[in-house]
Amino acid sequence: MSLVKTLITSTALAAAMLTAAAPAQAQTRIALVVKSLGNGFFEAAAAGARDAAEEIGDVEIIYTGPTEPTAEAQIEVINTLIAQQVDAIAISANDPDAVVPALQRAMDRGITVISWDSGVAPEGREMHLNPSSNELIGDTIIRLAADHLPDGGQVAILSATATATNQNIWIEEAQKVLPNYEGIELVDIVYGDDLSDKSYREAQGLIQSYPDLDAIIAPTTVGIVAAAQAVTDAGKIGEINVTGLALPSEMAGHIASGASESFAIWNPIDLGYSATYIAHALATGAATAEPGSTIGIGHVGEVTIGEDGQAAMAEPFTYDASNIDQFKTIF
Amino acid sequence: MQALLKHRELILVGAIAVLVGLIALRFPGFIAPRNIVRVFDDTSILMMLALGQMVVILTRCIDLSIAANLALCGMIVAMINAAFPDIPIPALIVVGVACGAALGAVNGLLVWKLDIPSIVVTLGTMTIFRGSIFLLSSGEWVNAHQMSAAFKAFPRTEFLWIPVFSWIAIAVIALFFVLMTRTPLGRSFYAVGVNPTASVYTGIDVGRTRFFAFVVSGIVAGLAGYLWVSRYAVAYVDIAGGFELEVVAACVIGGISIAGGIGTVAGAVLGALFLGVVKNALPVIDVSPFAQMAISGAVIVIAVIFNARAERKTGRIILRKAEASA
Repeated sequence: MSLVKTLITSTALAAAMLTAAAPAQAQTRIALVVKSLGNGFFEAAAAGARDAAEEIGDVEIIYTGPTEPTAEAQIEVINTLIAQQVDAIAISANDPDAVVPALQRAMDRGITVISWDSGVAPEGREMHLNPSSNELIGDTIIRLAADHLPDGGQVAILSATATATNQNIWIEEAQKVLPNYEGIELVDIVYGDDLSDKSYREAQGLIQSYPDLDAIIAPTTVGIVAAAQAVTDAGKIGEINVTGLALPSEMAGHIASGASESFAIWNPIDLGYSATYIAHALATGAATAEPGSTIGIGHVGEVTIGEDGQAAMAEPFTYDASNIDQFKTIF
Repeated sequence: MQALLKHRELILVGAIAVLVGLIALRFPGFIAPRNIVRVFDDTSILMMLALGQMVVILTRCIDLSIAANLALCGMIVAMINAAFPDIPIPALIVVGVACGAALGAVNGLLVWKLDIPSIVVTLGTMTIFRGSIFLLSSGEWVNAHQMSAAFKAFPRTEFLWIPVFSWIAIAVIALFFVLMTRTPLGRSFYAVGVNPTASVYTGIDVGRTRFFAFVVSGIVAGLAGYLWVSRYAVAYVDIAGGFELEVVAACVIGGISIAGGIGTVAGAVLGALFLGVVKNALPVIDVSPFAQMAISGAVIVIAVIFNARAERKTGRIILRKAEASA
């Protein structure tokens, strides 16, 4: 299945490159370099990039990447793009450091280089586009629960391990914004260690300890799936809403059963779309990649580059019954 | 009283009763019949695997690949179900059990024919099995919506107030009881563990017996593979990661001697139940996650100390005169 997909993409890519051989004048050629071809997540990002290209007009998207997700293969791809003299490279890197020399060579030849999704070390790119930021994620996970609790209620967080850095930062940010959501009470934080069985038991523990619990927020994919199953098995669908961060394919069944009203994760389509807008703005000189400069990214809004040369796209995208079917086959 | 204390199983029953009593003081809901069934249900997989592991440990071996075997069989069954949702569940269980037996046989053959220490063999196959899951699934998950409704519903179906999940565990326990106490194979597991040299003289093939021990452990792992995947409605590379150590811990708590030859079906089941009660109680009695790990670990160490004391045999003095003159 994925082999067939890879073959099709490779053929399409070869065809695209052949047509690209006849350069159209005044067109901005943006190469979207992904970790590997045949991955649904990046296919979706490419679709977003093509949307952006159509909106901007006069932009050609070269969607490319290696067939194996390695830095070596990606360097070859970069070298080919330098030879083709593209105007911009937007890369999701397999290794933050290994691709730096190749990308520096590209920048020396006047090619705009940005990284998105999976970043490159600062010396190898002009700016990096993060799908989101810790503040936005912390706020989103509370909002997901609060959206379905207009009169307030009790929520509990089911995390991964008690020492997981990213989880702890998100939970900290979530606690900071808690006062903004009137009536939402965070009753407990438990840790499922990203193990199905432990997460399931911790979720059962929450259900037992807090009879009035209204929502379980799990900002980890193993946890949210286990919690949704625990709520289903306890017959609490409709009473306890399970939400948090997960991939649509993993949660499709639990959205259908009603154990989860909604959840969030970055939207790969928007990510490819935004990376294209930014690459275009930088390549045409409409914007500069300096700390503090703001770049418009079409319907997603705008991003501001921070001191560290990074920008956060938007808050995580919310998935629910209305759009899950569209995304569950993508990633 | 002295005679009573000699029975480890009775001590364990007492310990579990005291533990449940203490938990009930802090969280009364724990002893509700509904919850007792839930805890038993949750511990089913651990009990079954502990029995499989017990057979291997009895023969002076160890099966570290038991959880990886479970994960691989679980993934195979889940992928078959996702691709062909119409295949009936009993057929899938047979597939899971057959896969588990085959993987167990690989361990057994390496231990038997090549005479490699089991800890090395199973350490290797553990990684091979996990790697195979990755190759098989290319790292992708089999998710709840890809599994058929019957696949998820079967173990949850209630029969006489108890889920099928628990009934399967009860049936497995009964089968193991018969196997260990009423069949020549079961008795030879003990014989090989107590004294391999003497077993050879009584006509028991030590290597062959160990091979069968690994097959038995594999069969249980294969069955548990389906149950695990169905219970948590998800299959991915890391399911039941590190679970082999919990299984060994359950055996140790249950009084199965790591040196082989000593252990009972009741011991393994009670050891697993003890661990199951602790694991199910920790989330509701509100202790910090760091303390939880320490508590689980302390319980195992205490059990091992208990074991070491129980197994210490006072040497029989056969030359009384020599001792007196010394």
